[in-house]
Amino acid sequence: MESYGYVAPSSIAEVLAVLNESTGAGQMTQLLAGGSDVLVQMRMPNHQPRTIVDIKKLAETNRLEVGAEGIYIGAAVSSAVMNEHQGLQKAMPGLLEAGDLIGSTQVQGRATICGNLCNASPAGDSIPALIAAGGICDIATATGSREMPVEDFVIGVGKNALMDGEFLLGVKFAMPNANTKDAYLRFTPRTEMDIAVAGVGVRVSVENGVCTDARVSIGAVAPTALLVSEAANALIGSTLDDVALEAAGQACKNIASPISDKRGTAEYRQKVVAVLCKRAIAIAHKRALEN
Amino acid sequence: MARLHVESTINGEAQEFLCDANQSLLDVLRDELGLTGTKEGCGTGDCGACSVLVDGRLVCSCLMLGVEASGAQVETIEGIAGDEGLHPLQNAFLENAALQCGICTPGFIVASKALLEKHPNPDESTIRYWLAGNLCRCTGYDKIIRAVQDAAAKMSHPA
Ligand SMILES: Cc1cc2nc3c(=O)[nH]c(=O)nc-3n(C[C@H](O)[C@H](O)[C@H](O)COP(=O)(O)OP(=O)(O)OC[C@H]3O[C@@H](n4cnc5c(N)ncnc54)[C@H](O)[C@@H]3O)c2cc1C
Ligand code: FES
Ligand code: FES
Repeated sequence: MESYGYVAPSSIAEVLAVLNESTGAGQMTQLLAGGSDVLVQMRMPNHQPRTIVDIKKLAETNRLEVGAEGIYIGAAVSSAVMNEHQGLQKAMPGLLEAGDLIGSTQVQGRATICGNLCNASPAGDSIPALIAAGGICDIATATGSREMPVEDFVIGVGKNALMDGEFLLGVKFAMPNANTKDAYLRFTPRTEMDIAVAGVGVRVSVENGVCTDARVSIGAVAPTALLVSEAANALIGSTLDDVALEAAGQACKNIASPISDKRGTAEYRQKVVAVLCKRAIAIAHKRALEN
Repeated sequence: MARLHVESTINGEAQEFLCDANQSLLDVLRDELGLTGTKEGCGTGDCGACSVLVDGRLVCSCLMLGVEASGAQVETIEGIAGDEGLHPLQNAFLENAALQCGICTPGFIVASKALLEKHPNPDESTIRYWLAGNLCRCTGYDKIIRAVQDAAAKMSHPA
């Protein structure tokens, strides 16, 4: 292809048809949500011309539903729109925290958490938060749809589990009960507009002072964000006391396999991920008690 | 490939333009429509000099394709002053010496306008977080923050 093309289909079937035809003809396509990664990539000197498939005109990708049946966040819903949804603020403060850390006010006006997930950067802030919140990917396929837990979706640095011809429609969650709350914390050298040195998403359920369920996920300290079940096991059955938090932090540290770069050494990242884990649990715990 | 034909509303006026599929809204504004008030500092979403409002939402015009503005309402720095003269934010930037070279100023004013529409009386930390995506190499930011506070005060208690 010599020049870029742009299409903005208005139905799932049309998106699938474009993806299918292009694959058949050996032509490149790229899906476009908020564009905050895509437009930056398009400026790279070696970027190959391709057809940009804008998925923001579909009713399905614009769904933002919070109700007793569950929560659905469509792939075209920006962080700014999520932040303004009161039901979501109450149900998933941790996921909103992660979205609110992605770029500036301007970036959040466009950027989506699904784009962040599909982009599959090791430091993508929404990914540990989505995993902790128990997110399920809703994937459109040629034959219908398939689902996959978020923790299985990112399969490597910049690689996701979508096959040719598929795209992400949105993520869905069970509606958390009032005693279940999430939190996301990351560490960056600058407080705004920086990339995570380490990030931790957690969700805890607390009944009569005892932790009955937990999910812990760490980001930026391995090629992909990881679900740390050892950390969750250390929390479940405890009162979320210091000993349990220490053990959860240690589990995160143990499973992390960070790199050393200008943002921090591997050793430093391991220390930080343990501290963030403990702090994030304390925040989610407090939220669960306040509900 | 043929250029794309796009219709949108820019600063309240219906506009039609032709653009390439990979042309950013920023490049369309500046190169196709002659609206050069919107600046390019980085082209990668980091500096905020290209800030515009699209359907009332603050965005970086360098992170959007021109063709994505199809059917949208776009507001740029050129649309901020009214018939009666400068917007209170523009006056406050002048009175508080909140600019030196000026390249960041259109972006700061557009972003601040969006802020004051959402939070008419923002505290300092709200202003600083909201404007964290707008970079200025000259002023050291304090004068910009004071200008925004000044404009907010004047807008909520017009003299
Ligand atoms: C200034 C700046 C600061 C940033 N700061 C952060 C930060 O702090 N933390 C962070 O994690 N990220 C950050 N980012 C990166 C980026 O903003 C996020 O990754 C964002 O969430 C991407 O969402 P988007 O909707 O803009 O995605 P897009 O750019 O539209 O898409 C991202 C990728 O996913 C693919 N894609 C999009 N939608 C779908 C779909 N439905 N199905 C299949 N594939 C799809 C695209 O083809 C592309 O490869 C920053 C970017 C900028 C420009
Ligand atoms: S030019 Fe758009 S953010 Fe710098
Ligand atoms: S006045 Fe020069 S960059 Fe802000």
